[in-house]
Amino acid sequence: MERGEASAARSADGTLLIRVAGPWHLQAGLPSPEALQHELQGRPPARVAFDATALRSWDSSLVNFLVHVVERCQESGVPMDREGLPSGVRRLIALAEAVPERKGARVRAVSPSILDRVGLVSTRVGESLTASLSLLGDVTRALGQFARRKARYRSVDLLLLIQEAGAEALPIVTLISFLVGSIFAFVGAVQLQKFGAGVYVADLVGIAMVREMGAVMTGIVLAGRTGAAYAAQLGTMKVTQEIDALTTMGISPLEFLVLPRLIALGLMMPLLCLYSDGVGILGGAAVAIGMLHIPPVTYFQRIQASVDLTMLSGGVFKAAVYGVLVAFAGCLRGLQSGASASAVGDAATSAVVTSIVLIITACGIFAVAFYILGI
Amino acid sequence: MAAVGTHITVRDLTMAFGSFVLMHDLNFTVRRNDIFIIMGASGCGKSTLLRHMVGLNEPAHGEVFYGAVSFTRADPVERKRMLRGVGTLYQGGALFSSMTLAENVGMPLAEYTGLCPAEVLEIASLKLALVGLKGFEDFYPSQLSGGMVKRAGLARAMALDPEILFFDEPSAGLDPISSRLLDDLILELRDSLGATIVIVTHELASIFAIGTNSVFLDVETRTLAASGPPTDLRDHCDNPMVRRFLTRAADARTERSSARG
Repeated sequence: MERGEASAARSADGTLLIRVAGPWHLQAGLPSPEALQHELQGRPPARVAFDATALRSWDSSLVNFLVHVVERCQESGVPMDREGLPSGVRRLIALAEAVPERKGARVRAVSPSILDRVGLVSTRVGESLTASLSLLGDVTRALGQFARRKARYRSVDLLLLIQEAGAEALPIVTLISFLVGSIFAFVGAVQLQKFGAGVYVADLVGIAMVREMGAVMTGIVLAGRTGAAYAAQLGTMKVTQEIDALTTMGISPLEFLVLPRLIALGLMMPLLCLYSDGVGILGGAAVAIGMLHIPPVTYFQRIQASVDLTMLSGGVFKAAVYGVLVAFAGCLRGLQSGASASAVGDAATSAVVTSIVLIITACGIFAVAFYILGI
Repeated sequence: MAAVGTHITVRDLTMAFGSFVLMHDLNFTVRRNDIFIIMGASGCGKSTLLRHMVGLNEPAHGEVFYGAVSFTRADPVERKRMLRGVGTLYQGGALFSSMTLAENVGMPLAEYTGLCPAEVLEIASLKLALVGLKGFEDFYPSQLSGGMVKRAGLARAMALDPEILFFDEPSAGLDPISSRLLDDLILELRDSLGATIVIVTHELASIFAIGTNSVFLDVETRTLAASGPPTDLRDHCDNPMVRRFLTRAADARTERSSARG
């Protein structure tokens, strides 16, 4: 590809004539001003002039080149005569010089030492804990307002959130629960059949689904489905200043945005968990009846015998707690989100991670507590 | 063959969303080196017209020509090639929030020129210097004021030395001084780069300060109400609506009473 050329020649009176020629196009790359560098530095010329008579066409590459030359000349205090340049180029150079570089604007990335980083991370963890606790406190107060029927939110919003978190989650909950139930039955059956105890597969599926898996699986599905959505919604509302608008209107974003979400998930999760228990047991039945040839009546009798109401209510209670945790994590991360597209994405990711960590932690605490209580 | 100096031609353009017709039968020509203003009341479809001109929306009917070539009928590859000569400044700047200013401006350069990263950075710095943002290369858009975001958006729009620059409400949300400086910058760029500039705006001060030609979209009749240099329209247009717009007359009554009296 043909490219622009620059050359310099000294005349008798000490003038350095810089000649630019040919087509100057970005596509051809940037000619380096280094060639002219030593001309300017070695023995500074009395004056610099330009000749563009052989210049065929130009774009930013020429302007960039000349801005560098001009800077060098100014550094070494050489006077310049820009008359020889096309007027467009002259004006662009003037424009580039018009606003001086703001002092201190340039930020230099300094990579902190290991100790610094450990310190930074710990303070950040501390801050994040404080933020979570303070949100927890605010939410508790908002719940108090709600109980006294003083909380300000739109009941339409609440109903819509209930529909989104509840009814619209049915297909995915069905799929996951059915599969989890049948996987349990399948894995259990292989082991139990060795002892000729294949019929106890019903106990296995029933207890596992009702005690733990119904609540945990629903919780995890909703963490990915609804918790992430809450974080993205609130994060975007922060970007578009909707949350600021609420605050200046004197409406607490916690009552208006967080409370309905907590209530929606807190109400819907137990129902979804009940549904998930049922579908899981059906999934187990499909394997037990289809593969192990256990009579349906026997399967459901075993389920009835092994699952009691305490177990069921324990599972449903856990589900309600998981629901509140998921909504809490989603809203917390959404409200903490920064004001950019990537920050909203981070908030959604972090909401899912936080939800799952909280669910699993709570699950462990429940296991110990239920054991001590003898449930 | 298009007339000499004609840069963009809009022919019989109808813009519609489904069965809702926003504007119909728009016909106008943008000449080379024009600063062409698209004006009209809020919500009349100015920005949508701009979106049609750069191919973000498809016309329900009619065509847009760049030079003598139909942009509307061009295939995607051809369109992409044509759009390389076009820079667009969006209303909110539309800078990528996860990238620094230098990366934002450098993106089209890295994509369309064979420059190495250091050279891309160099040209990006030059473009930022042209809009008065020298030294802000490593800033993220969220760290800047509204006016600076606009100027950075302009630097990105002209990264590839486009022949045509589209501006969507360049002065919206800017103080009068910043808005004036932006106008000066647009004029300067038009003269030095030799670009054609199309601006959607309803900022009267800049319409008169920099506009060389214009069209007025009428929200009631849903088509062009007038076209011509803005000052001519203000002084000589027979459409009372256009005159009212350009003189900021409060409502139809003042216009009618002055006509009667």
